[in-house]
Amino acid sequence: MSTQHTRRNFLLHTPVALGAIALALDTSRLQAESATTIPSSALLEPAFVNAQLQRSHAAPWKILQVGFHSMFDQKHIRGAMYAGPGSQPDGLALLRQTVQAWPHTQPILLYCGCCPWTHCPNIAPAWDQLQAMRFSSVKVLRIDNNFGADWADKGYPVA
Amino acid sequence: MPEPAQPSRRNLLQALTAGVFLYACPFAPTWASSIAARSPAPDFTRSSITNHTPVHLRAFRGKVVLINFWATWCGPCLAEIPQLVTWQNRYRAQGLQILGISMDDSSRAALDWVHRLSINYPVVMSDPRLSLLYGGILGLPVSFLVDRAGVVQRRYEGSIAGSQTEQELVRMLRQSSAKP
Repeated sequence: MSTQHTRRNFLLHTPVALGAIALALDTSRLQAESATTIPSSALLEPAFVNAQLQRSHAAPWKILQVGFHSMFDQKHIRGAMYAGPGSQPDGLALLRQTVQAWPHTQPILLYCGCCPWTHCPNIAPAWDQLQAMRFSSVKVLRIDNNFGADWADKGYPVA
Repeated sequence: MPEPAQPSRRNLLQALTAGVFLYACPFAPTWASSIAARSPAPDFTRSSITNHTPVHLRAFRGKVVLINFWATWCGPCLAEIPQLVTWQNRYRAQGLQILGISMDDSSRAALDWVHRLSINYPVVMSDPRLSLLYGGILGLPVSFLVDRAGVVQRRYEGSIAGSQTEQELVRMLRQSSAKP
């Protein structure tokens, strides 16, 4: 194989390889911010939250959906407020605005459910934001698969 | 010519009762299962985000259509799209048509990823009405396999970039093309 041929192969393939690496890094970023960083003591299972909601007319928490509008518009936990996607600066700004007047002891339940738990890009940044704002009673709904499968399809309350 | 049968008061009452029951009953068909396999794929028309031309689902009748709901914020969605691009190239001649439906809140991010991933099939934006037509899309990725007659044969929840899905695709392409 000639040197010229090798150089041409290098020039042809290097941009493709670099592009693939860049794409892999970009998609893995979504995983790096996954929900697994949230301490297990803060996590609540859907069945438990549903039981709590059924038990009393007033929910024990302010419930915030920190996912995407297209999901919230279709269905959300009954009584939940939309607080913007935690993965985006605008979303975190809306979250800060939503909670800014609340006392730091206010019980809050965050949820998303856009994607499988380990791939959710929103929930961990939203949790971090409320920790940074010193909210002391924040819980997170652990949704293993997605909101449809783990909440709506189970007949839990939606609006 | 006989008059068409008038619905009796009893029939109306039964229909009304059934309607109220289905509305209120917690065991009524759930959100995700309300579009059943082997039912006609709900038709829709949306603009392509790349060239703004109308994309009619009905225009793909006669092809095997894989409808893929995705979003740029969904890691598993982005991870499986290169496989869909490969399938579109590999099985185009046999009659496969993939159609992407983005669940992003705006088309700008979706268009960026269409270019970055070299998506070679039409992509349109979703909206609450379109999501509802397909039973509600409350998690991603979600895909539907539609046969050449326009009937939904499978609903996939989660990633489809595996050999099993490809085998099902190939089987459907072969079965369908064998029909007169």
